[in-house]
Amino acid sequence: MEVLQLLLSGLANGCVYGLVALGFVLIYKATEAVNFAQGDFMMLGAYVMIGLVNPQFMGMNFWLAVPVALLIMAALGYLLDLTVLRHMFGQSQTAVVILTIALGFVIRFAAGLIWGHEPQSLHSPLRLGDVRLGGVVLSLADIAVIVVTLLMTLALWQFFQRTKPGLAMQAASQNQMAAYYMGIPVKRVQGAVWALAGVVACVAGILYASKGTVDISSGFIGIKAFAAAVIGGFGSLPGALMGGLIVGVIEPFAARYLPAGYSQIAPYALLIIVLVFRPHGLFAQVRTKKV
Amino acid sequence: MSLLALENVTLKFGGVTAVNNLSFSVNEGEVFALVGPNGAGKSTVFNMISRFYRPVRGSITFDGQDLLTKKANEVASLGIARTFQNIELFERATVLQNLLVGRHRHRKTMLIEEMLFIGRARAEERAHRLAVEEVIDFLDLQAYRDKMIAGLPYGVRKVVELARALATKPRMLLLDEPASGLSVEETQDMRWWIEDIRRQMGITVLMVEHDMGLVGKVCDRVLALADGAKLAEGTPAEVQSHPAVIEAYLGTSAISKTANAKGERV
Amino acid sequence: MRFHFKTSYDHDIRLFPDWWKFSLYATLVLVMLALPWIFQGVFGGRTAGFYLGEMTNVLIWAVAGLGLMLLTGTTGQVSLGHSAFMALGCFLCVNFLDAGMPFLLAFVLAGIVTGLVGAVIAVPALKLHGVYLSIFTLALAILADDLVVILEHWTGGVNGRMAPDFTLFGASMNRWANPQGWYFLALGTAIAVTLLYRNLLRSPLGRAFAAVRDSEISAQAMGIDVARTKTLAFGLSCAFAGLGGALMGFFAGAFNNETFNFLISIQLLMMIIIGGLGFIHGAFLGAAVIAFLPQALSMATDFMGSASIPGLEVGVFGAILIAFILFEPMGLYGRWLKLRVWLELFPFARRDMFRRQKSYLKTERLR
Repeated sequence: MEVLQLLLSGLANGCVYGLVALGFVLIYKATEAVNFAQGDFMMLGAYVMIGLVNPQFMGMNFWLAVPVALLIMAALGYLLDLTVLRHMFGQSQTAVVILTIALGFVIRFAAGLIWGHEPQSLHSPLRLGDVRLGGVVLSLADIAVIVVTLLMTLALWQFFQRTKPGLAMQAASQNQMAAYYMGIPVKRVQGAVWALAGVVACVAGILYASKGTVDISSGFIGIKAFAAAVIGGFGSLPGALMGGLIVGVIEPFAARYLPAGYSQIAPYALLIIVLVFRPHGLFAQVRTKKV
Repeated sequence: MSLLALENVTLKFGGVTAVNNLSFSVNEGEVFALVGPNGAGKSTVFNMISRFYRPVRGSITFDGQDLLTKKANEVASLGIARTFQNIELFERATVLQNLLVGRHRHRKTMLIEEMLFIGRARAEERAHRLAVEEVIDFLDLQAYRDKMIAGLPYGVRKVVELARALATKPRMLLLDEPASGLSVEETQDMRWWIEDIRRQMGITVLMVEHDMGLVGKVCDRVLALADGAKLAEGTPAEVQSHPAVIEAYLGTSAISKTANAKGERV
Repeated sequence: MRFHFKTSYDHDIRLFPDWWKFSLYATLVLVMLALPWIFQGVFGGRTAGFYLGEMTNVLIWAVAGLGLMLLTGTTGQVSLGHSAFMALGCFLCVNFLDAGMPFLLAFVLAGIVTGLVGAVIAVPALKLHGVYLSIFTLALAILADDLVVILEHWTGGVNGRMAPDFTLFGASMNRWANPQGWYFLALGTAIAVTLLYRNLLRSPLGRAFAAVRDSEISAQAMGIDVARTKTLAFGLSCAFAGLGGALMGFFAGAFNNETFNFLISIQLLMMIIIGGLGFIHGAFLGAAVIAFLPQALSMATDFMGSASIPGLEVGVFGAILIAFILFEPMGLYGRWLKLRVWLELFPFARRDMFRRQKSYLKTERLR
């Protein structure tokens, strides 16, 4: 019974990692860039929601605030692409990585300036109840996280697999010039992807803030999410979710069964092991350069 | 005697057979060309000799040694240098530095010597520079000596790549489309250089080339490939008039029309 | 504009192309050597000690920065994990001192052992490319942070260690009592590391590093063992970072896992980009920015009359970096090079001379 409880709470945590990882993979698939600021996006999404809902700020109705927050984050994602990332067009992956790390620093600073440095929690209706199944207790928020994540992954996966804009996004990333010639508006497509990444981050943020408290360094779970994305194999949406779940489940078990101090290193140790033995993740895409 | 020999070499990518049971040998001191339509497997053969690809069957020997037991970086130290179809120079370095990298296989100094720049380091460095300057003189690159690669025109890059390969002091040179993208004058220069490389330096040349004009003038023997298999082998004139070669380039119906034609280009 | 008439190959091999360059750098070194007395004359007493400490800090960051520069700037491998090796260097040094070694031996040995450990770790790490290597090294940095806490016996756990007082050439090295001594230690290390780096760049191995950065495939065709070369670069880079880490920890007086937080490695990377990736000068310029930025910001907030803003430094630092990547990817040193060309050609320089080529990203991703 204890094992089941650990498993379920791990799964709920893992879903949040998975959602952030989804954001990474989304941007990677569509723009070939790696957004190290995705965790900070999530933190920002959570704070936007707190700013809208919590009584000391605007005090909006929760359900009314959700679409507003999503819209704000989508707009922010698009603006960021317009003002910053579009200028990186055609530059190396590494430059983009470092740029987004710096972006994360700036977002963290801005969030601290606006919402302060104390941990805050979202006034969320998901906080209200627990659900008992046998001997296992699950909060409403945990269930919401799991359900929303599954739906979101499925929707995005179908989007990339089946729809024309989804395929256009992939094409745009793999060969920018050819995509241009085929009439894909590469820059606008990238803007749309960043907006979408903003939305995914916001969903993750809302769920994260409903489960516990948020502070400006919450964005650092982005590193765990990144580990998740890599474990799942970058470029695969279901892989990202799987990676998130693996990392999420490992954590509570490591905390329970490993001596103190060792437990928090478990996800990173796993990441290193995966990278050493399967350099391209568990669900690998192998690439070699052609000469 | 034969310097490089491929025997029954087969390479597959997934289900596609890129090179099929190919055998040929290049004699010491000759200029040998691989010709064939795009996708025939010419560059793939080069990449197997460079050990970037591993054939599933067959053997490749160079000067009596089994090349397949060597790693990609050991091929150069046997004396095989190459150029690439889509120029692969070190972009953020000068022409001189690019050529000096070509001398890497002659490196004798150790890490410590180099870091402290003591002992052999300086003398070795002088020797490297001497060798590189000879190549620069040979290929008339003096004007570009200290220029960054990133700013050079295409034609010059092609020459720099050839120079870098020569700087390794190879016994055999693999040239992947040395004349592609060059102007008529530049192609003319390339032709003379290839002849000089063979005559003055005694380097064996194996090249892939589409320009049959160039092939006809500099090559001793030609091998025509199609779909990874050998079509014909012989002197340039023999290969150009071989019916299977004409068919591969122009299609079956063209055979009768061009059977007697002896154009410069196929 | 100066022209060099080269009469022997030594002209290309020498560290300085002409007497003018030589005298420029000689003057710089002399000024740096005289700095304690210059500061004493200008500021006097305590203030001079403070500014000398700031300069020491710049030099220490520069040493660590040179380490990362060798790996990222010269060899093209991005590491987000150099804080781990800085920590290793620091804790090795303090433990060697405990074992009774003289400081200089402990210090150099710490650098060498850090380099060896780095080279061993590099073997699996360098099979990874680009972003995968970055995330691997980032994970290393986070692991190291926790390992420092776990290995309490050597590291003092969360409480960390106090830097022991040590003597160097007979002088007692305490940061507060002997700022001059510390300054000269940092300066000496910086000059030594710079010389080693510069020597590498003019010999085959240094060129092999750059070759691996620009094209692995053609480096291989030229007979360069890519894996071995990368491993060497990683090891050397870690050795320099270890020296920088040892200096940084000892200079701070006390150090624990927080001193070598993974954010330090990110700052280190940002620093060399702001300074100018691929240039030795870049490490020093970047170090100056990172060391003087807090001072400048606190002066600015004082001037504006506002209270200090938490997190301001990091935020501004991030913003500066974004500006550099967008507008001057070659960093401060690149900007200086352009300025110099502009001055030399005056009045014939045109705006379009430095325009970057338009590029399109194309990947070999299969799916």
